[in-house]
Amino acid sequence: MAHDTHTHDEGHGHEHHGNFWTTYIFSEDHKVIAKQFLITGMAWALLGGILSVIFRLQLGFPDANLSWLKPILGGWLTAEGKIDPEFYLALVTMHGTIMVFFVLTAGLSGTFSNFLIPLQVGARDMASGFMNMLSYWFFFISSCFMFTSLFISTGPAAGGWVIYPPLSALPQAISGSGLGMTLWLISMALFIVSSLLGSINYITTVINLRTVGMSFSKLPLTIWAFFLTAIIGILSFPVLFAAALLLIFDRSFGTSFYLSDIYIGGEALPNQGGSPILFQHLFWFLGHPEVYIVLLPALGITSEIIATNSRKPIFGYKAMVGSILFIAILSFVVWAHHMFVTGMNPFLGSIFTLLTLIIAVPSAVKIFNYVTTIWRGNLRFTPGMLFSLGLVSFFLTGGITGIFLGNSAVDIQLHDTYFVVAHFHLVMGSASFFGMLAGIYHWFPKMFGRMMNEKLGSIHFWITFIGVYMVFFPMHYIGIAGFPRRYYTWTNFETFSGFADLNFVVSVAAIVTLGAQFIFLFNFFYSMFRGRIASANPWQSNTLEWTTPRNPGHGNWPGEIPTVYRWPYDYSKPGAKEDFIPQNIPFSETPESNLPHENELIKLEGVEGNAIVVEEKKH
Amino acid sequence: MSTDNTVDLKIVEEPKRPLAMHPKKFGMWLFMASVMMLFMALTSAYIVRQAEGNWVYFELPSLFYTTSVIIILSSISMQWSYNAAKKDNTSYSKIMLLITSLLGFGFLIGQFFGWKQLVTGNIYLVGNPSGSFLYIITGLHGLHIVSAIVFLLIMLNAVYTGKVDSKNMTKMEMCTTYWHFLGGLWLYLFIFLLLYR
Repeated sequence: MAHDTHTHDEGHGHEHHGNFWTTYIFSEDHKVIAKQFLITGMAWALLGGILSVIFRLQLGFPDANLSWLKPILGGWLTAEGKIDPEFYLALVTMHGTIMVFFVLTAGLSGTFSNFLIPLQVGARDMASGFMNMLSYWFFFISSCFMFTSLFISTGPAAGGWVIYPPLSALPQAISGSGLGMTLWLISMALFIVSSLLGSINYITTVINLRTVGMSFSKLPLTIWAFFLTAIIGILSFPVLFAAALLLIFDRSFGTSFYLSDIYIGGEALPNQGGSPILFQHLFWFLGHPEVYIVLLPALGITSEIIATNSRKPIFGYKAMVGSILFIAILSFVVWAHHMFVTGMNPFLGSIFTLLTLIIAVPSAVKIFNYVTTIWRGNLRFTPGMLFSLGLVSFFLTGGITGIFLGNSAVDIQLHDTYFVVAHFHLVMGSASFFGMLAGIYHWFPKMFGRMMNEKLGSIHFWITFIGVYMVFFPMHYIGIAGFPRRYYTWTNFETFSGFADLNFVVSVAAIVTLGAQFIFLFNFFYSMFRGRIASANPWQSNTLEWTTPRNPGHGNWPGEIPTVYRWPYDYSKPGAKEDFIPQNIPFSETPESNLPHENELIKLEGVEGNAIVVEEKKH
Repeated sequence: MSTDNTVDLKIVEEPKRPLAMHPKKFGMWLFMASVMMLFMALTSAYIVRQAEGNWVYFELPSLFYTTSVIIILSSISMQWSYNAAKKDNTSYSKIMLLITSLLGFGFLIGQFFGWKQLVTGNIYLVGNPSGSFLYIITGLHGLHIVSAIVFLLIMLNAVYTGKVDSKNMTKMEMCTTYWHFLGGLWLYLFIFLLLYR
C-alpha cells in the first residue's frame, strides 16, 4: 500500500526545477508534501476499510465459508473457512489504529494543514520546509513498520487500538502481543515524531508567516482549526510517547510500570507493583485530545465550504473561533470518561461527567452556526458542500449519543458495547472522514488544476451517506441490548442471536459503502489527468489560495504576496457587484458595499509604504 | 529560509503586527513545550502510581546534588558565552562554550555514577516502579542533554569557523535557550524527586 505513494505522486506536481527526486520525492514544497500525505492517507484508508469489511463478514455472516478469501488471508483462515479468532482481534486493532492515526490524523491534518496553511495565510511555504519533509518521511517510515506488521507470522498487534496492558505487555498473552506489538510501538513512536514536526511547523507558520494585514481576526476558520489542532497535538502526543515508552520498558526490559500480580498459564510473573490503570490515564490523556485532533480540522474545512457554497458569511465567526478554542481546552480535562468503569472514585466520575457534558455546549454552538449559515443561503450542492452537510448531520446524531455515554451512571450499561462503537464512528470517524472528502472535492482544483466530476461526486456522497447511517444506526440498538464490542462471535449467547439479522444488514451496508469509495478513487485519479480544466477560482471563494494561478508553483504567488484587507467571509454583501469579495480587495475598491466603519479603514490602506520592519534580532 | 517573509511585514490597519519572533526560534519553543509535556506526563504518572501504594522508598543518590550544581554552573558559562558572542568577543565565547560542553559531559558522567550509587543501594531498573521511574526520568533527561551537547558542539564548530557574531546570533540564542531549558528541567525533576520520594 504505502509503496504506491510515490508512484502515484509522480504524475502531478508542478515544479520542473530540480530533478525528479527533489521535486516529487524529497520535496520541501508544502503542496507536494500535502499531496504525499493525501495519497498515503488514501492508501491507508482503503486498507483500513477493507480490514473492517473482512471482520464485518465474520459478524454479519457467521456461518459463511470464507475459504474464497484464502489467497489473501492464507493461514488466518481456519480449516472450516472461518476467520481465526485471534486474527479477528488483530483486524479490529489495525482498523482502529490505521483509521485514527494514519488516515484521520496524518491523512487529514497532514494533507490540509500542509496544503492550506501557507496558501491561506499568505506565505511562500512552511516555516521550515526541511522539517516538513522530515515530517512526511517519518510518517512514511512509520507506515512501513505498521504495514510490515500485517505480514508477520504472529500477526499484527491485537490488543485493540488502545493497547491496554497487561494484554499488550505480555507476549505470551496473545500472539499479536509479540513482534506485532513491538512493530506497533516502533511505528507509533515514529508517528509521534512526525506529528510533532508537523505541528511545530503549522503553529510557527500561522503565527509568524502571515501576510500583511492577515490579523488573527481575519484568519479563515480552517486555519483557526488547524492551528488549534496543532497545539493540541504538541501538548498531547508527548504524553502518548511517555505511555508507550513505559510500555516498551515493561515489554522488553522487565520493568513493572503496568504489571502486577499476574498469573499466566498457571505461572506467576515476577512483576510486582505496577498499575494497568496508570496506562489508561496516560493513554487517554492523549486519546481524548486525539479525538479533537481528528475532528477539528474537519470542522474547519466544513466552515469554509459551507460559507462558500451558501454564498453567505459564516454565522458567528467569533463564536466559531471561541467554540473551537473551548473544545480544545476541554479536550484535556475529560479523559477519565473513558475510564468510568475502572473503579474510579464515583465523585471523580461525576466531575468528569460534568466536564464532558460541557463539551456539548461549544459543539452545539458550531452546529447552530452551520445551520444558520445555510439558512436562506443560495445553496450550491457541489460534492464538497454535500459532504460538509453530511458532516454536520453525523456530528449531530453522533454527538447526541455522547450525552448518554458521558454520564458515568449510564456508561456502566453502555461502556464497551456497540453503542460506543456507533457513537464514535458517527461523531468522530464518519464526520472527520466526510470532512476529509469534502476538503478533497473542494480543493482538488487548486491541488491538481482540474475539476472532479460532480455527478460521480454526488453519487459517491449519497451512497456513502446512506451507507454510513445503515451501518451505524442499527449498532445503537445492538449496543443498548448489551452486545459487547470486539467479540468474535455472539452465537454462544442465546440473548444475542436475535441480532443476527441486524448484523447482517450492517455488514451488507458496510460492503456497499466500501464499494462506493471506488467511485471516488476512480473520480480522483481520472480527474487528476482528464478532469475539466479548473479556473483559478472555480468556487468564487474569498480566501487567498484562490488568488494563486491555476497551478501554483514553488512560492505560491508568482509576484508579490497579496495583502489582506478584509475577513474571508464577504459573501453576498449588500450592494456589492458580485456575491463574493476576496480578502485581497481593499475597501477603497468597493465603496458601494462598505459599511460605515469599513469606510474608516480606507484611510489606513494608504499607509502601506510605511513598513514596520519586524525586528530580526533579540526578542 | 523564510526570514525574508517576516522582514518586510507591513501593517495596514491597527498596529497589530504579527509576532516578531524568528520562526526557528519559535519552533524551538514549541519543541521545548512538547519536551516539557513528556516530562509532565512522566512525573504525573509517578504521582498517580505512588498514590496507589506498594512503593519502595529510598534515598536519592548524593551525586545528584553535585550534578545539579554542575548544570547550574554550565548554564552560567553558557550565558557568558552568549553575552561574549553578542559583543563579538569570539575568543572568550569559544572558551566559555567549551567549558559549557565539558560541564555538560561532567553532568552526564555524574548522572551515570549516580545510577551506580543506586545500584549499590540495590535499586535497579527492574523492580519496584519507584526505582524504575527514577531510571526512566533521569535517563530520558540525560538523552536530551546528549542532544543539547551535540547542539553545543555544532555551535562550537560554528564559533571556531567564525559563523557566529553579533549579527548572527539566532542559532546561538536557540542553543542558549535549549541549554537553560534542560538545566531548569533538571532542577524541576530533582526537586520533584526530592519532594515525592
